[in-house]
Amino acid sequence: MKLITAIVKPFKVDDVKDALRAAGIAGVTASEVRGFGRQGGHTETYRGSEYAIDFVPKVKLEVLASDSDAQRIVDIITGAAQTGKIGDGKIWVTSVDSVVRIRTGETGEAAI
Amino acid sequence: MESGNLAWILISAALVLFMTPGLAFFYGGMDRGRNVLNMLMMNFYCVLIVPILWVLVGYSLSQVPFENDFIGNFDAFMLKNITEAGDGSTLATVAFLGMFAAITPALISGAVADRMKFSAWALFVPFWLFLAYVPIFKWVYGGWLGQRGSIDFAGGTAIHVNAGIAALAAVLVLGKRKAGAAPPHSMPLVMIGTGILWFGWFGFNAGSALAANGQGAQAFMNTFLAAAAAGSAWVIVEWLRDGHPTNLGAASGIVAGLVAITPAAGYVAGASPIFIGLIAGVVCCYAVKLKNKAGYDDALDVVGVHFFGGLVGSLLIGFFSDPDFFKGSFEKGLFFGGDTGLLLEQALANGVAIVWSFVITLILMLVLKNTIGVRVSDEPEYNGLDLAEHGETAYHS
Repeated sequence: MKLITAIVKPFKVDDVKDALRAAGIAGVTASEVRGFGRQGGHTETYRGSEYAIDFVPKVKLEVLASDSDAQRIVDIITGAAQTGKIGDGKIWVTSVDSVVRIRTGETGEAAI
Repeated sequence: MESGNLAWILISAALVLFMTPGLAFFYGGMDRGRNVLNMLMMNFYCVLIVPILWVLVGYSLSQVPFENDFIGNFDAFMLKNITEAGDGSTLATVAFLGMFAAITPALISGAVADRMKFSAWALFVPFWLFLAYVPIFKWVYGGWLGQRGSIDFAGGTAIHVNAGIAALAAVLVLGKRKAGAAPPHSMPLVMIGTGILWFGWFGFNAGSALAANGQGAQAFMNTFLAAAAAGSAWVIVEWLRDGHPTNLGAASGIVAGLVAITPAAGYVAGASPIFIGLIAGVVCCYAVKLKNKAGYDDALDVVGVHFFGGLVGSLLIGFFSDPDFFKGSFEKGLFFGGDTGLLLEQALANGVAIVWSFVITLILMLVLKNTIGVRVSDEPEYNGLDLAEHGETAYHS
């Protein structure tokens, strides 16, 4: 089993969600996060004074998948979140030892 | 007093009271999210303590008898001279003026944001009220500065210049914020605070006619126009200079225009409020940047907006004053057939208010600093004054 973690632009979240739902993916966890990468931060001007905003708002999506589904999900997210501009984000895939569905106690791929 | 006049003064008093929460949100939105409740409490504290002090002796010392040169007496201590309700005119006037007394020290809170101990603020407000506000108010209204011929319709000198220069003295003693400046934590709060301030300011200015009459209606128009002109001016300057028309620029310009028209509201007419607003908007838009060059940490620009806005408006009376329009007994401005006499009296009145308020505030802050201390320690300054000073948190997530 795999955990797919994607950092995407906030305004692309709905596109990604719709694409995943259309592909039959059962669930996603989303969190509002802040960070910086190559995009860096930006500056905002208030009353003529510039303030450096070092951390840019992003959304972190986490999707659990079976080994066979993982690549397909990465492709879907990449396709839906891509603008081609700096700051589109990253996706990484990690291995998951175990998964339990709390309601039923099911484990493994049955719990995904 | 006719019932129509009485009704307008009572409504105006309530409008002015509403300005203090408006100011609290204007400042609170600009402040850090971890210090917003401290900012609100500094403002609301003023409407807790000042009304009581005002009725106790504040009104008496600043207005009774009206013709005293320097300070009143204790004849109206606890309003003991008002022995019957009568037609309500004295009671309404005491209440109306008390609202002004409450918001004036509150103006200073924006400068000392993010680092002043609440206990120090709690003592600062009553002492400042009696040592700076009451005497200057007396001198301007009925006292020696007013008798000489300077005019101040709703409190440009007595309130905005006074509080603005006090803010400078206060931050010089207080020192800079260790965590530095931060962008506004909630611009929507700033905008709603601005709206409340503008709404309340109609009572502040038009109510200062102390009657429902033509002068009051013109003061109302001026309050409407000067704020719009100053807000437009500020936005245009920063759009050209910094590249964006910002909400904070609009809000700051509106307040700068309201401040500038305050002393002039019942003395100018026609297109004059638009010119006063445009000038104030441009001047204040640049004045808020002085702190970066001069090195004082006026957190939310009380000096840049209230001191400079009030001073500009008060001096512009010397140019735009139009007694013929009001059938008034005050001097003409330079643009309306007058000589430099009024301008010089305006300059003198503001000069006196600046020196007195600055020195008194400096001494008061130094005394507080060397007794109970004026600053919070480093940890609450970085972790937030809301939790450390008030045991509350504004936003739970």
